[in-house]
Amino acid sequence: MVARQGKIKQTLWVLFVPSLSPLRKPFLLWHKDLKTHKMLAIDPAKKLSFNRSISNGDLVIVYERHDNMKAITVSEASVLQNRFGVFKHSDWIGKPFGSKVFSNKGGFVYLLAPTAELWTLVLSHRTQILYIADISFVVMYLEIVPGCLVLESGTGSGSLTTSLARAVAPTGHVYTFDFHEQRAGSARDDFERTGLSSLVTVGVRDIQGEGFPDEFTGMADAVFLDLPQPWLTIPSAAKMLKQDGTLCSFSPCIEQVQRSSEVLRTSFTDIRTFEVLLRTYEVREEKLQNIQGNGDGFNGSLPCKRKQCSDGGNVITSPISSVVARPCGEARGHTGYLTFARLKCLL
Amino acid sequence: MTPLALKYSTLRVEGRAAAWEYPNLCCRREREREREAKMCGRSRVTWEGCSVLLDINDGDRLVFARLSPAAKLKIGNKNCSLQPLIGRAFGTLFQVETAPEGPFLSPAQVNPEELRDAEVNAESRDNRALLDNNTAQSLTGEDIETMRRQGARGNEIVEALIANSATFEKKTSFSQEKYRLKKQKKYAPKVLMRRPAARSICEAYFKKYPSKIGFLRVDTLSLLLSMANVSSNFDVLVVDMVGGLLTGAVAERLGGTGFVCNSYFGQAPYSMDIVRIFNLSDEIFKRILRSPISDLLTQNESPEQILKHDACNVESQSNDQISASASMEELSHSSENGISDLGADITEPAIEVRKAPKAGERAQKEIINSWKENGFSSLIIAAPELDTWTLVRDLLPLLANSAPFAIYHQYLQPLATCMHNLQLGKMAIGLQITEPWLREYQVLPSRTHPCMQMSAFGGYILSGTKICST
Repeated sequence: MVARQGKIKQTLWVLFVPSLSPLRKPFLLWHKDLKTHKMLAIDPAKKLSFNRSISNGDLVIVYERHDNMKAITVSEASVLQNRFGVFKHSDWIGKPFGSKVFSNKGGFVYLLAPTAELWTLVLSHRTQILYIADISFVVMYLEIVPGCLVLESGTGSGSLTTSLARAVAPTGHVYTFDFHEQRAGSARDDFERTGLSSLVTVGVRDIQGEGFPDEFTGMADAVFLDLPQPWLTIPSAAKMLKQDGTLCSFSPCIEQVQRSSEVLRTSFTDIRTFEVLLRTYEVREEKLQNIQGNGDGFNGSLPCKRKQCSDGGNVITSPISSVVARPCGEARGHTGYLTFARLKCLL
Repeated sequence: MTPLALKYSTLRVEGRAAAWEYPNLCCRREREREREAKMCGRSRVTWEGCSVLLDINDGDRLVFARLSPAAKLKIGNKNCSLQPLIGRAFGTLFQVETAPEGPFLSPAQVNPEELRDAEVNAESRDNRALLDNNTAQSLTGEDIETMRRQGARGNEIVEALIANSATFEKKTSFSQEKYRLKKQKKYAPKVLMRRPAARSICEAYFKKYPSKIGFLRVDTLSLLLSMANVSSNFDVLVVDMVGGLLTGAVAERLGGTGFVCNSYFGQAPYSMDIVRIFNLSDEIFKRILRSPISDLLTQNESPEQILKHDACNVESQSNDQISASASMEELSHSSENGISDLGADITEPAIEVRKAPKAGERAQKEIINSWKENGFSSLIIAAPELDTWTLVRDLLPLLANSAPFAIYHQYLQPLATCMHNLQLGKMAIGLQITEPWLREYQVLPSRTHPCMQMSAFGGYILSGTKICST
């Protein structure tokens, strides 16, 4: 990565300059970037395929376990060190994505191509982030499709932004704003790393205080708000939206929802609030003890199963294994409320 | 009498004004469509031949219709032409108005909303004195009929009903609001013209005909698309036994890039009727291809085999034509028995079968070979009627390495078995079975709580990432 010394102060005109401008990155490096594997196949030639192998400069997700992953940019001379040993990046180059690779001690990890979902699991948390259930629902409910122009505030750690970018690609654009300059800078670095810079522009602006920039008036297909006082921004959001455009506000507290909904009523319709959660399941093969005899009079509560042998009518006495599933004991109980609305059609 | 007559003339002027405006709107529409051509034909304004979702009385009745000057829809006991809906913005609310020529749909203003917090807290009325003895309303059915004949608007009838209700003033403001809403639905039905998109189509089917989409709820559908990483330029393999909802939703996300390969077992493709309801541009329709799974599984052929295959292809193409015309019939038939109308009481088929855009042409050899060579970028299965494990076992090798997949099922066990087998076979990692949970809230001043009714179940998803076989 090129260290961006002397960060350009983000002024509004920057919003319309492609962020991969040669001014900001040496052309050679920019050219190289086009060849390396990033998150989206904006160019169809770069999509995932049997023949696509890992090369120097690619972003890979190193998978140890479903709850332990890490994003790494492959660099020939580097190594990855973890509890399984030392992995040389040079061993990875030329291997297909999805390969199992080994350390000096024989430990292994998998190398995966990055996706928005995997990125959400590995990104560095600079703020609280949105997870897959909320993200998926937001994208679908805001009716975001390729070509849309989407406004977002705040950017936070860019978890939702990454999925928004995927949804508007290849022709749309996401303009995302955060009032925290350093955070915006880190997000910008992340979007370059994931190859989304041509789809996302990060602006530094206090949207709650100043509203969205006037340049976007009547241009947005969708607006997403994740702000402490979203009701302050709703009038500005209404101004930015196209006719029948959609808005979503994410708030952890019901009081925020209450105030937002009251303000929404003046220029929005179809105002609906949802909560979406996921329950995950554990699957395992259990050896279930069989009960001997024909079970007459047996009234126990032990897990029991009986099965007829195929060769006769005898009752099997050895344990029977079967695949069983149950919900995981712990789950996220609350993330936030999602309030959706649609700009009223004026006659 | 005089004020009513006056109202007539203004109505007619309004009607004419709309007609005058129309060519103008057409131009605007054309421009808009051109400008938004890149956005999968996501025009803000409707056009002739456009598919719309008509939401009557806040979801009481949902009708998918294709707009044409001849199309008619029965609302209450009135038959209304859908002509006035052409060239209007999606999201426009219409109301049934009466004119000498008959009832017609006219754009209506959205009602400014209701109660203030203060009013609610100051509420002192209650229902202790209300008696349900059917004498509160002094207006008779005949009175209302007379008003109608004299050309009274729906809202005027509602006001008259309120004015003649002996108990209205004694009701709490909440129940006054409920009363007004109930009367409005009956005497002044509202029709909201919605854009048919994956969200609204899924919600409409889930509400009225969930079995036709395999009980796939909108949040579950959204998760399938995310988990399978559906993004531009991807070649997505789908097994869609949910009426084409999944295929349409994927195509919408691809926006005219990449391909959706709608695959099927045996000779007959699964129904894809719902795809037609989406307003997908031709560019997007062209990206939906069909292929029997057997064609995808065979090895790349020697020249001789290709020759043989070609002969088959000719045959199957004629088969395709047959099945295409069959599905046309099916659609017109289905609109008769009310699939297009997701309410209950339609008499006139709202969907006119006109030349539907081509979707789901059979995938040609070249593209199939390229899929075999490169692998699909992701896989989504919603096939409640097929054995999940054998299906996944056969289809997974068609995926590029590191490609994600998502499998929907309304039962847990087939997914659990499949997940277990994938683990044993070391075919995939990041395996997870999830069940989404969705709760809607009523948010009103001093009356916020979860909705009284909710969907208790939206299905299960098995997701994971394919890894290289060693």
